[in-house]
Amino acid sequence: MGQTLQRAAQWTTATDGHSGKLEFSSLNEDLLNTVLNFAEGPSGKSPEEGKLVFKKPLTWTTALKPSAFSGSGYIEKGTSVVSEATSPKDACPLLELSGNKLSVLSLEQAENVLRVAGDRKMVELRACLEENKDPVANMLGDRFATVDGADNSIFRYHEEITKEIELLSKQSDESEEKKRELEEKKLVLSLRLKLLRLDEHMLNASIIKITNDVRLNPKIVDGEVTVLKQVSGEDNNRYALQFINYFGENYVYQNGCRAQPWRQLNGDICYLVIKCFDVDHPLYVTANTSGYYLNKGPSKEKSGQLEYERPDSDTYRELVTMIKAKSPHFAEMISKQEIQDVFTKAGFRTGLEDCHLAHWRRHAWAHKSDRKPTKKASNIHETRSRSTKTPLAEQEDHFSESSTESEEEEEAIERRPEANADLPSEYWQIQKLVKYLKGGNQTATIIALCSLRDFNLTQETCQLAIRDVGGLEVLINLLDTDEVKCKIGALKILKEISRNTQIRRAIADLGGLQTMVKILRDQDKDLKCLAAETIANVAKFRRARRTVRQHGGIKRLVHLLDCVKLNSTVMTPEMEMSVEVARCGALALWSCSKSKKNKEAMRKAGAIPLLAKLLKSEHENMLIPVVGTLQECASEPSYGLAIRTEGMIEDLVKNLKSSNQELQMHCAAAIFKCAEEKETRDLVRQYGGLDPLVGLLSSGTDDKQLLAAATGAIWKCSISPENVQRFQELKAIDMLVGLLHNQPEEVLVNVVGALGELAKDPPNRMAIRKAGGISPLVNLLTGTNQALLVNVTRAVGQCAEEPDNMIIIDKLDGVRLLWSLLKNQNRDVQASAAWAICPCIENAKDAGEMVRSFVGGLELIVSLLKSEDKEVLAAVCAAIANIAKDEENLAVITDHGVVPMLAKLTHTTDDKLRRHLAEAIARCCNWGNNRISFGKERAVAPLVRYLKSKDENVHRSTARALFQLSKNPENCITMHEAGVVKPLIKMVGSRDEDLQESSAGCIGNIRRLALANEKARYS
Amino acid sequence: MANKRKFQENFVQNMLKNHKGDSDRPCRFTAREITSLLDIFMKFTQGCSNKHRLERVRFRDELHKSFQITDDFLMDRIFRAFDKGSKGYLKPEDFVCGLSCLLVGTLNDQMKYCFQVYDLNSDGYISREEMFHLLKSTLVKQSTEEDPDEGVKDLVETALKKLDCDHDGRVSFPDFQQAVRQDALMLECLGNCLPNQVAKKEFLQIVRGETEKRY
Repeated sequence: MGQTLQRAAQWTTATDGHSGKLEFSSLNEDLLNTVLNFAEGPSGKSPEEGKLVFKKPLTWTTALKPSAFSGSGYIEKGTSVVSEATSPKDACPLLELSGNKLSVLSLEQAENVLRVAGDRKMVELRACLEENKDPVANMLGDRFATVDGADNSIFRYHEEITKEIELLSKQSDESEEKKRELEEKKLVLSLRLKLLRLDEHMLNASIIKITNDVRLNPKIVDGEVTVLKQVSGEDNNRYALQFINYFGENYVYQNGCRAQPWRQLNGDICYLVIKCFDVDHPLYVTANTSGYYLNKGPSKEKSGQLEYERPDSDTYRELVTMIKAKSPHFAEMISKQEIQDVFTKAGFRTGLEDCHLAHWRRHAWAHKSDRKPTKKASNIHETRSRSTKTPLAEQEDHFSESSTESEEEEEAIERRPEANADLPSEYWQIQKLVKYLKGGNQTATIIALCSLRDFNLTQETCQLAIRDVGGLEVLINLLDTDEVKCKIGALKILKEISRNTQIRRAIADLGGLQTMVKILRDQDKDLKCLAAETIANVAKFRRARRTVRQHGGIKRLVHLLDCVKLNSTVMTPEMEMSVEVARCGALALWSCSKSKKNKEAMRKAGAIPLLAKLLKSEHENMLIPVVGTLQECASEPSYGLAIRTEGMIEDLVKNLKSSNQELQMHCAAAIFKCAEEKETRDLVRQYGGLDPLVGLLSSGTDDKQLLAAATGAIWKCSISPENVQRFQELKAIDMLVGLLHNQPEEVLVNVVGALGELAKDPPNRMAIRKAGGISPLVNLLTGTNQALLVNVTRAVGQCAEEPDNMIIIDKLDGVRLLWSLLKNQNRDVQASAAWAICPCIENAKDAGEMVRSFVGGLELIVSLLKSEDKEVLAAVCAAIANIAKDEENLAVITDHGVVPMLAKLTHTTDDKLRRHLAEAIARCCNWGNNRISFGKERAVAPLVRYLKSKDENVHRSTARALFQLSKNPENCITMHEAGVVKPLIKMVGSRDEDLQESSAGCIGNIRRLALANEKARYS
Repeated sequence: MANKRKFQENFVQNMLKNHKGDSDRPCRFTAREITSLLDIFMKFTQGCSNKHRLERVRFRDELHKSFQITDDFLMDRIFRAFDKGSKGYLKPEDFVCGLSCLLVGTLNDQMKYCFQVYDLNSDGYISREEMFHLLKSTLVKQSTEEDPDEGVKDLVETALKKLDCDHDGRVSFPDFQQAVRQDALMLECLGNCLPNQVAKKEFLQIVRGETEKRY
């Protein structure tokens, strides 16, 4: 039977560490039955053969309990059972069951096992064959192992026996033992032959079966259609297909075909019309004996007739494969657990017996009516597999998230009480109530729901107890019913317990979000409110937010925002209710708005004008979610603009003056994010928003989030000089400097950012010094937070513009700290530090000496010219220009090869870099042969092109560089060839004296060279 | 014919007076609605010997059809709640006042009505036994359990715990009121005896003549 098992039986492919399993197909079923008959029945086995001891035991995982083997012939040893009968050779028991491993050493015992197993004998046999792929080898020894190709083992064995018989006959008196051995060998041979016969028999039977299947027949088609009908329905979340039907008249011919007789001549069996969810037009399919293929659909001329031609030549053996190829939705759905079950039970590939079909139908029905347990099972499976997959699966959505969600729980720690731990009494009470939910009618359900709410649902033990006794599934299933009261009761509970992170995940896993999104369209406002509030709780993690969006939840939530009137003097209960609905909608949107794609979806659904309307509300509980949503979305440029144009700044400023800290915080955060735009900053000032912002700093609040938001808003607002003026009047600097101590980094980043912006105005630099701000700023240079470092270096740089400040910075060794930040990994920090170094060198006394004192400092800064970041390059060039003012330092950087590196950069088109690069080149020309070197490195011609730039600053520094370079005759020639004269002459006419002078000097040098040339020629 | 119209006018006037007065069975319908309800009542009693008597069986039929209330026992209880004076039949007044409570009643009206339905022996208290009787068919019987009533008894205790606010082992009307005010879902906690929102809306539309008449 080895051959049959290997070849004919249908195995599933081996997956996740398991060996393959026998498929549940009727072919396998028949094979198993034959084997069973052989093993059980007296079909030609002799008792001796039954007692023959196997070479190796057949071992498999059994479902049988040790107790099953009670009775004579078996001895119980603790948890294991052994048979009294033992093998004569090594006294090993012929049957041993320990744990769930069952080992059998003879056919007789195997027969016993099957008898004990009763109606589960098929399962045992299947397990045995699955785990012992080559039972013959186990039974009779490896020499009979199933091999591909010619199998001569029997002949050889036969020969061996004959030889031994001959040998025995010669020395007949030799030994009793030899004889017994020979007897046994004969036994083995006869058993082997019988097994071979069985194998052959089965192979023949399966060949007949397989050939039956090769061509489609009406029975198979009907079977497939019936099963597919079970997975068809209107709801695209639950069903794989919209519908599948036979096309044409309903008459079934005697041979089972539905096609007209003249079409049957072509092999057509019937015609199908299939509608998939994601294919616009229905598919018209011909079921032919050669397979399934598409036809051209109903004829336009003759109604009720088909055009039988094929639009393509694809033929499919199975209907499922065909639809899979046409509809991705179907392909996705049939991989789902529930549908998969219908399919696997149907054993799709093979002939469908009627009795089987009935069974499958029953099975599918059971699935629908009893969804709870199946769902749970599949979900456990899902969560498990997800825990390993999450990093990859969720990465794709990673970039759609805003930065604000670092605080959220992505990894909820699973804490289940130990099985043996004492469960609190609530657990048992909750279990009882959930039992009523499961097995009671509406009335019992309502009593149970009301009683459940008497528990302290904010307590984790109760939350988890509800989940652990299977209450979540029931509650979510209740949402699918028509009973409004049950839905309200269930949602009230879900709303409370969804504060727990594990419950949130469980709700999402059970498909609760989809149902709740559906409820958002309900008539009942109470229901809508509760559903939105629950969504607000659940959508605190990424996958949930995605689910809400993908099921159209964003649109519906935005619709909830649309309420009639907000602040009318007379509020009817109905109006109040609709305001409440809007509030809950805003709450849910707030949670959802943490994902970038959701923000976009909200904007498209028209959320912005509705939010603007709600922002006029006077109630804090409405304002907080609305402003929260706005500040979450404000990071998107489209929202920033809309917030300004919809006139929301005024309301945000108004609410800054609220007495609620949370509201103030969200308003300030919204302004922080929006104030990147100049118009917004101006509006904040015009509506008097700067005063309350500064007021927030002086309120002495301990709320760090509020402080961070307020200082952030001040930072961004102080980008506008007019705002700086106002901040000066409000003495913001003193307060900001006060905040440099003992604050968390998120506050410090904004405080320092604000100081940096304010310090652009010279009087403020002095104010910072007077407030004692320099020293804490310099201290912050030792930090590690990169956002903070960028801001600190900028602020220190601005302060260093003032010589008095510089003295303090120098004293505190600030320049060395700045210099060491050039080594930072972050390019922004590098650039910002390099910029800050410039004013330091400019304003420090003995700057040259100071710079030289930094060991390796000059080498470091020159090496930064290899950076790829334009901003870094520009900053470093500016710093080098300053360093080069000192001759000794210039000599050092020349040794470090600054000239070729600068020359290499000259091809840039970035004006900012050009300006500082030209400046650096101009300064570097002052040493030794550098002018000649620049010429050799071909830096001159590109510089000439800079004169075409539109930026006057570039012109000035370029002219200076050209003037320096023109002191070398070779360079003059290059310049002249590059056509430098014409633009330079234009620049001599510039109003900028500096530019005039350098241009004139350069032209002078060129001219002098020409004169010298002429002179040389004539003399 | 004139006789009939006179009766109708009188009836409406009486009912409207009732609305103003602080009676224990207020009628909150408008004159037009009352007229329409009277018509409906007459249609129900068509073919009966006395056109002003709505018999129990007929009433139950209509209750089932219009409001999807299916429990036989509760339907009887509802009939009794409608039937003032336990006449065994409904007069037009009974019918209109009863429906007023069901369709447009205040929470107070409905609490009174529900309590009346649940208080089987009308002694002013809902006892454990009464609750058992009301709840005994709400659970799917599990054959495995030794005492099939065990689950129901437990459920009665659970409900009693919710309802019995003064802890005297029975539910008085103030108890019931308090429990319902705490949680509106408790109104129908012992059985479905009010029409659901959809049925209510449909019926009111018929009464107000906003849809095609069904009767």
